[in-house]
Amino acid sequence: MNREELEALAARRRAADGERWHRVSVCCGSGCHSMGAEQVLATLKGEVGAAGLTREVQVHASGCRGLCAAGTLVEVESGPADGAERHLYVGVDPEVAVRIAREHLVDGRPLSEHHADPSDPFFARQQRIVLESAGRIDPEDLESCLAAGAYAALEKAVSEMTPAEVLAEVTASGLRGRGGAGYPTGLKWSTVAKAAGDRKYVICNGDEGDPGAFMDRSVLDGDPHRVLEGMALAGYAVGAEQGYVYVRAEYPLAVKRLKIAIKQAERLQLLGNRIFDSGFNFRVDIRIGAGAFVCGEETALMASVEGKRGSPRPRPPWPAQRGLFGQPTLINNVETLANVPAIVRRGGAWFAGIGTAKSKGTKVFALAGKVRHTGLIEVPMGTTLREIIFEVGGGIPGGRAFKAAQTGGPSGGCIPASHLDLPVDYESLAAVGSIMGSGGLIVMDETSCMVDVARYFMGFCREESCGKCIPCRAGTVQMHELLGKIAAGRGELDDLGRLEELADLLGAASLCGLGQTAPNPVLSTLRHFKDEYLAHIEERRCPAGVCGAGARAEEVRA
Amino acid sequence: MMPVASPPHPSGDKRFKMLDAAMKRHRFQPDALLEILHQAQELFGFLADDVLLYVARCLKLPPSRVYGVATFYNFFSLEPKGEHTCTVCTGTACYVKGAGGILAAVEREAGVKAGDTTADGKLSVVEARCVGACGIAPAVVFDGEVAGGQTAVTVLERVRRWR
Amino acid sequence: MSVVTLTLDGRPVSAREGATLLEVCQESGVALPTLCHLDGLSDVGACRLCLVEVAGQRKLAAACVTQAQEGMEITTGSERLVRYRRQIVELLFAERNHVCAVCVANGHCDLQRLAASLGIDHVRYAYQHPALRLDASHPRFVADHDRCVLCTRCVRVCDEIEGAHTWDVAGRAAGCQVVTDLAAPWGESASCTGCGKCVQVCPTGALFEKEQAAGGMLSKHRDFLTYLKNAREKKEWLR
Repeated sequence: MNREELEALAARRRAADGERWHRVSVCCGSGCHSMGAEQVLATLKGEVGAAGLTREVQVHASGCRGLCAAGTLVEVESGPADGAERHLYVGVDPEVAVRIAREHLVDGRPLSEHHADPSDPFFARQQRIVLESAGRIDPEDLESCLAAGAYAALEKAVSEMTPAEVLAEVTASGLRGRGGAGYPTGLKWSTVAKAAGDRKYVICNGDEGDPGAFMDRSVLDGDPHRVLEGMALAGYAVGAEQGYVYVRAEYPLAVKRLKIAIKQAERLQLLGNRIFDSGFNFRVDIRIGAGAFVCGEETALMASVEGKRGSPRPRPPWPAQRGLFGQPTLINNVETLANVPAIVRRGGAWFAGIGTAKSKGTKVFALAGKVRHTGLIEVPMGTTLREIIFEVGGGIPGGRAFKAAQTGGPSGGCIPASHLDLPVDYESLAAVGSIMGSGGLIVMDETSCMVDVARYFMGFCREESCGKCIPCRAGTVQMHELLGKIAAGRGELDDLGRLEELADLLGAASLCGLGQTAPNPVLSTLRHFKDEYLAHIEERRCPAGVCGAGARAEEVRA
Repeated sequence: MMPVASPPHPSGDKRFKMLDAAMKRHRFQPDALLEILHQAQELFGFLADDVLLYVARCLKLPPSRVYGVATFYNFFSLEPKGEHTCTVCTGTACYVKGAGGILAAVEREAGVKAGDTTADGKLSVVEARCVGACGIAPAVVFDGEVAGGQTAVTVLERVRRWR
Repeated sequence: MSVVTLTLDGRPVSAREGATLLEVCQESGVALPTLCHLDGLSDVGACRLCLVEVAGQRKLAAACVTQAQEGMEITTGSERLVRYRRQIVELLFAERNHVCAVCVANGHCDLQRLAASLGIDHVRYAYQHPALRLDASHPRFVADHDRCVLCTRCVRVCDEIEGAHTWDVAGRAAGCQVVTDLAAPWGESASCTGCGKCVQVCPTGALFEKEQAAGGMLSKHRDFLTYLKNAREKKEWLR
């Protein structure tokens, strides 16, 4: 495979697509899938077949389109690829699918109902880099991905750029780690590039363990080749020939699509030996996690890839010095790597022009909880929480009042209404006691109790602690018990001090990030919602009316 | 108590042959332990002692290390699973939309706690920390099929159909 | 051998390059509490008792796994470090069922000694009272999980010195437990050589010799590890 062949393949596919009257993509992401997307897909295919239009109309499955709350989503694209006419249908069931097929595809009269409005802020306010193809391409069809530009950046890199030049573009882009900590990606890459070792490894961290987050899942099952291409670019830049994608076992669809993608890429020598006839070799293997949140921590993840218990170890040595199998290792999150092909293709300066002074590019958020448009969105860094929740997200359903936005999962915090105009970037979220995290954004309204939320996350960390270090293993147990006591209306004022003292211990003394950040949900709710704690302690009541029921549920389980 | 487990497994069980093939694909490398345990669980449904010992011997690993790994990860089960599995997602999005109540209802109905299987072997109740279907919360997985927008009523109705 | 100089609690000290901060402390006569560390075994940095402050670093460093570097300024006994150490030991007492009066290690227990040296006279955390089993199936030894602090010394000595790797950690979080082989009773372990090293290195009364009453476990030989290591690696049999 060389550039001409790649371009010819992509052009041929684009031309073939352009000759069709209609290209219909049915969202088969996790949300739509569970609402019966497969039946919609089968219905459309059946109808098109029955009408004898299989040559004129192409019907295919796609990855997540984002608007999960309104599934199943079906897009009909008509005319030549550039300047096509697009119609997006929402809430499609087999019955509506029949109408789309008969009225729109056969008679050429688009339905007037079930239509999504493209000028709705949900679409208009988004800017898609990571998700630019997800939802449009067929992730199981390499040609469809190539037609959308897959592997063009890799081809450009290996045939006309040196590894140092690729690294320079990534550094210039200002990209920072999307797993949550926001470490500058270029810096991480250059450390691994400089490290001495017999061999080096690239690991893609797809162990998206944050409850309430599914960005990486959607990227992996919606556009797996983008991630593989990002890994290969990373391998080229740092001098690694072997990559591992570590994916959660809870994401069977992502695993399946990745396996298919790797096979397809290997067949066309987009992965493997002598990629694009260059001297660059890069293999990717899949490692499937087995249900341990702590494996998102990089040293635990490496232990897991090595087939061991996912217990973190102290750093230094950093993975860049001594990582997987004792060799220099680059670990990047799925979304971080998915940004790389666009950066290499369009240049670091282009990317650096998006976002804020210190946080460049876009961020994918999984919008969930008490918000109208639950689903997946991608917005420029610096977009305010208010814009995300009330414009893109469509606000709170049921006329209820906003109470808090939870970001960063068990390591993050709850942000109150007074900070709704906060521009979302790494620094400003940290300033209010939360973190960017991997992108889970859970909206809570007045029916959510902040003590209960803190207890929920502490319970999560208590169970997910690896058990190696004492502060995390035993401290989370004590903090969870104190929170349970307060929630049940048996708390005392002293308990708040004890909570804070334990939070201090865990934050300072725990071995890894899980324990160090486990107190964050408690500290942020104590900071912004102390009145709710006091109501539970002094008045023995839960202002949101949650805790009585929660305590009872807990008793049933005990 | 150690069964003789020099390949091929003396039981003649075909599934051990398939496990052998998987281990061979990984060249019996000890770092493939997780992959092999996944494969073993897929073949046998759960990880019984003799399977763990067999894997330990083939990968040349101490049994305690294999046991340590098998018990570290939630996904591995050392007990047989029920005929049907009801997995209630209690990720944050599902939790704020009432997953706690759904789980409690299922546990009450089954008479077992999350992680356990009913005495008749019909139903396993599992609690999952986020299956990544937050957009359609609260989500429940019935035998591998994700269903969104669930309530205690809809879940119990599904579960009762199995019994 | 090159040497680095650093400041330890305000005093200038020198150290061999590559030495850990814990070794520097030991050589300089600075007492630092430890639990998971044992001379002769690899270090895991798990108990967090030897945490020290390094000037200019936001994060605390576990002395047992941090290498001394030129110009480092180390503080080992700040008010907050002492508070953390007390909290950690209290958490351990609350975690399982440590009843010194009926313990074979009473008077010879590292946990007890730590509590005394830190001046702990009560535990502010809720006792968890887990229901754990006592395993007396081995002909010579007993494992009492009520007294285990999960330091993993037994796991490491069995793997690194004896080479049997009979012990490992099973489960996770508060449910962690040390197990032999596939967690069957110790006496049924096919890999255990019965060497007793695990018993000798156990800091508490979790692993002990049979026929011992409370306070009877007087003779844990911790020095034998250095003896064995010197014998193997340096061919020096120094008792």
